[in-house]
Amino acid sequence: MSSSSLPVKAPAGRKRKRSTDNQSFLSSLPWIGPALLLILAIVVFPAGYMIYNSTRKISSVGTDLKSVGFDNFATIFSDPVLPRILLNTFFWVVSVVLITVILSLALAQFLHKPFPGRTLVRMAVVVPWAASVVMTTTVFYYGLDPNYGIFNHFFVQIGLMDEGFGWTKNAVPAMAVSVIVAIFVSIPFTTYTLLAGLQAVPTETLEAARMDGAGRWKTYIFVVLPQLRSALAVSVLINIINVFNNLPILKIMTGSIPGNDADTLMTYIFKVLQFDRRLDLSSALSVLNFAIVLVIVAIYLKTVKPMDEV
Amino acid sequence: MAFLDTEDRAPRKTVIGRMIIGLVVGLVFMIPYITMMIGSLKTQAEILQIPPNYLPQDGAQWSNYVSMWDTPETPVPYNLVSTIVISVCATLLVLLVATPAAYFTARFKFPGKLAFMFLVIVTQMLQPAVLTAGLFKQMLAWNINDTWLAMILINAAFNLAFAVWIMHSFFAGVPKSIDEAAQIDGAGKWRVLFKINLPLVWPGIVTAVIFTFVSCWNEFAASLVILSTAENQPLSVALTKFVGQYATAWQYVFGVSIVAIVPVIILFAMIEKRLIGGLSAGAVK
Repeated sequence: MSSSSLPVKAPAGRKRKRSTDNQSFLSSLPWIGPALLLILAIVVFPAGYMIYNSTRKISSVGTDLKSVGFDNFATIFSDPVLPRILLNTFFWVVSVVLITVILSLALAQFLHKPFPGRTLVRMAVVVPWAASVVMTTTVFYYGLDPNYGIFNHFFVQIGLMDEGFGWTKNAVPAMAVSVIVAIFVSIPFTTYTLLAGLQAVPTETLEAARMDGAGRWKTYIFVVLPQLRSALAVSVLINIINVFNNLPILKIMTGSIPGNDADTLMTYIFKVLQFDRRLDLSSALSVLNFAIVLVIVAIYLKTVKPMDEV
Repeated sequence: MAFLDTEDRAPRKTVIGRMIIGLVVGLVFMIPYITMMIGSLKTQAEILQIPPNYLPQDGAQWSNYVSMWDTPETPVPYNLVSTIVISVCATLLVLLVATPAAYFTARFKFPGKLAFMFLVIVTQMLQPAVLTAGLFKQMLAWNINDTWLAMILINAAFNLAFAVWIMHSFFAGVPKSIDEAAQIDGAGKWRVLFKINLPLVWPGIVTAVIFTFVSCWNEFAASLVILSTAENQPLSVALTKFVGQYATAWQYVFGVSIVAIVPVIILFAMIEKRLIGGLSAGAVK
């Protein structure tokens, strides 16, 4: 949220403000030092190890044989299934994040209104977030089984289908239900963040807009949405990263399908490691995966500027 | 339907409409967990029956909830304690470390600020799942492999980024004039943070706590690699022990899942009230 959009502006002179705003790196250490230490100690080493492994030849039992430069990258880029996997990854991220955000905006708006039992509904909405993704996905996988699945059974009974359908047996329907599950588990966090953002919208601003004769949609688009900018920017960013890096949903829903038609980069990395036992190749794929996320996030930060605080 | 109601009193018809929509929304989000609950009350044979029954035909097997604590597959009571210890400690560590960093970066400029925020967001992009090989090697080198401490550190490190980010954006929303007024009154930076800013960014802290706790509670990939002793493993890993190659004890998978979900729901219920109390504080005027 940009503080300049707040109704009250600092009356203080610019000069004095600037002098207190600037701090030396040393004086920042007591504040950011512990966070820095934790990140350097726990995240940076394993990340470096991943990059190192991507330039090595490693045997299937894990023995580090020799340096091969960028050979592993050459191997993965000449892999004929890579284009399909990248396309799947793109479709997966865009569809899940887009639909999640649209549904969450509506849901947050609804849950912001007072009505009896609202707390209960809010709690029901948060359950998919409270539950582990592995479990939620397992229940969906179970319910969609063509033989003993309760969801399939229900679809047949209400006449939607003639017989149980193997949703998770073919790439396209399995991918589609995976997208639905991913949206289902992403909505609670997104809605909740937007709800926290909505609560910070001053009532006076809404009333002022109404006094000026702005309609509901107009008020929403020109008054509420700009106030939600910060919450929206952060939740979209987190969703992009999390959906991109999500493994359990696709692993459970599409894991038993032969071939790579339903694979994203994450599931492919996992398959290369688990079935082909190639730590070197999977490390190279992980580096590629990380590079793609990095580029997407950089573009996002550049265009959306979620940290813009002025 | 009233779209942007600012007042509490809406027409009766509108309120009933909202309640009906609320009921439908609530049910949709509960379906998988109702399925889970019903499944946990069936016998193993009935869960795999073709065609399936919606409700247990031989009566609800509440005994599943007794027998699941003592199974040959995994020591569930220990797993529950592990999950609680790891999640609570990691969440506290995140709050302790992320709050000052978020406040400072939202308020002040300093050399290396951009680099620090970049590092934070890079952390968010990396997940323990892709780094397990390195994490395992490192914990082994530090001699804390297969300990709660290792998982507390890993969970805290990988959830730090989000906490810093969300709190950063909330701190940035508090007008600097409030800080300046307090500083003129002679309050130091730490005092300004704790006495003035923290009460104002309460919704942001709540979001950070919930997100961190839930993510630690359900962490799977790193725990699977780092914690090899059954007693140390969290519920997320323990659950998979019931999935066998020939027979799966689905009633236990579902029962333990329900037990794993309940504490998080309770946490949310407790914090939700606080959040509503903090509503006026969140709307900075």
